[in-house]
Amino acid sequence: MKDRTLTRRIVADRIFQVVVVFLSFCSILPMFFILFFISKNGISSISWNFLTRLPAPVGETGGGIANAIVGSALLILLASVVAVPLGILTGIYLAEYRKDKFSYLSRLSVEILMGTPSIVIGIIAYVWVVKPIGSFSALSGGVALGIMMLPVIVMSTEETLKLMPDSLKEASLALGVSYPRTIMKVILPAGLSGIVTGMLLSVARIAGETAPLLFTAFGSPFMAANVFKPVSSLPLTVFNYATSPYPEWHALAWGASFVLLVFVLALNLIAKLGMRKWKVQF
Amino acid sequence: MLESAGQMIEPLERAQAESVHHRPGFTLSEGAFRKILYLAGISVLVLLIAIFFSLLLASMPSMKALGIRFLTGRTWDPVTSHFGALPFLVGTLVTSFLALCISILFSLPISIFLGYYHREGKASSFVKTVIELLAGVPSVIYGFWGLFFFIPIIRFVETELGVAPYGVGILASSLILAVMIIPYSASLGREVINLVPNDLKEAALSLGATRFEVIRKVILPYARSGIFAGILLSLGRALGETMAVTMLIGNSNFLPTSIFSPANTMASVIANEFTEATGAIYLSSLIQLALLLFVVTTVINIIGKIIISRTSVT
Repeated sequence: MKDRTLTRRIVADRIFQVVVVFLSFCSILPMFFILFFISKNGISSISWNFLTRLPAPVGETGGGIANAIVGSALLILLASVVAVPLGILTGIYLAEYRKDKFSYLSRLSVEILMGTPSIVIGIIAYVWVVKPIGSFSALSGGVALGIMMLPVIVMSTEETLKLMPDSLKEASLALGVSYPRTIMKVILPAGLSGIVTGMLLSVARIAGETAPLLFTAFGSPFMAANVFKPVSSLPLTVFNYATSPYPEWHALAWGASFVLLVFVLALNLIAKLGMRKWKVQF
Repeated sequence: MLESAGQMIEPLERAQAESVHHRPGFTLSEGAFRKILYLAGISVLVLLIAIFFSLLLASMPSMKALGIRFLTGRTWDPVTSHFGALPFLVGTLVTSFLALCISILFSLPISIFLGYYHREGKASSFVKTVIELLAGVPSVIYGFWGLFFFIPIIRFVETELGVAPYGVGILASSLILAVMIIPYSASLGREVINLVPNDLKEAALSLGATRFEVIRKVILPYARSGIFAGILLSLGRALGETMAVTMLIGNSNFLPTSIFSPANTMASVIANEFTEATGAIYLSSLIQLALLLFVVTTVINIIGKIIISRTSVT
């Protein structure tokens, strides 16, 4: 009798472990499916022309995604101008005033901002920038992406600076260096690698965002030249072409997906390697 | 803010060059520097409050015109100026909860796999990296992949079952949402399971418990609230997810009748109709949907954070 219960318990233990391993294995499969699908269909579209030409009209084969690549770069640049300085300063604040009553609220706001749906950010950029200017523009897209980028930069800066040993700051202060100088010239440079890693992660986050751009940057088949005019971006191109009924455009969408996926995953991997090397965790 | 950062660094460099005759007047005073930091800290809170009030202000016209009918109305027809958002509320709730149920089936095993069976080693770091990369895949790529992967499968199932083979619909978007939110609940689950004290596990093992029993009777009860918080945070993601859902849900403005029927979520209807919205009420009712989405996700996030801070997971 006793042997039977023991056997049953051991069998249950084995079965459970097999189920856990099997389900874990199943949940990493989508990554490989996605990589396989996108590479299989996308890699054939990639060519020099694809990367350097503007899109062709319906019915014509060929054409490229140069406008989307330049547009994405412009949007990321604009977003960084909005988010990086403010994000780093906020991160310093949160790391320096850890026990401050107000810093709790500030940190909570950052976390809420992190969880705010991207479509809501898009609407906000529409209300704040598109409506007053009167047209869709790269600028409004940059603002939307900047708001999305901000919490990532704040959090990574804070976590990096928290890891700095107190002795570093104390040594600098004891030598008579003023507090602002200690932060800007000693603490920040020491944490630079972590902050840069956070910036990479934040760029990876916004590079694939489509929803906040639908009614801000809007998309355009022309080369981006003016921040007050609509621009295209890689994810917008994927969305517009993937949902179109034309097979030629599907091919463009696969190619653009491939470029986007490689870019985003590479940024993520580099950031992860950086985090491992510099032993920062966010 | 950019300017102030620039102003800060420049005088510092000049001061460094003249360090022999170091004059404190060149550097930013400590008080001013602290004020800048405070301002930066406040700015995020101000940003959040400004988002809330801007959305509130912009959705006023529809609130005044529609009142509670906005939430209870079943017809959404811009042509006849009927704006009842009930189909979208139902669509959002059904897809999110279905996605949540599917994702728990996978995220919990991963948490146990990474937090207990394989805490270190090559297998663990491989699985962890892949899961983290899944979190980084852009939503629009999930949608594109879903169109070519899930839709044919679902269409096949629908033909077998004898329902109208749309392919797109609630089931398709729930499946893609489930894949997308697995990383979020899995990573928090792994952390809390990792935090279960070794003493407890070893005590149970030394009393003769099998590993399954340790997981069921020690680890899961101990880590319960943290796992719940992870699920809650992934719910917040699912509610607001836009692009993949927009591409897979079929965009129908009627109340869904089964899990195969096409529908719309709050986020997908905004994405679909916002640029075409003509008329103040139409635009403002879409913004009201965004306000609702913002408030709901904020509340969910705050509850999640409170649970996490209680279980002292960083």
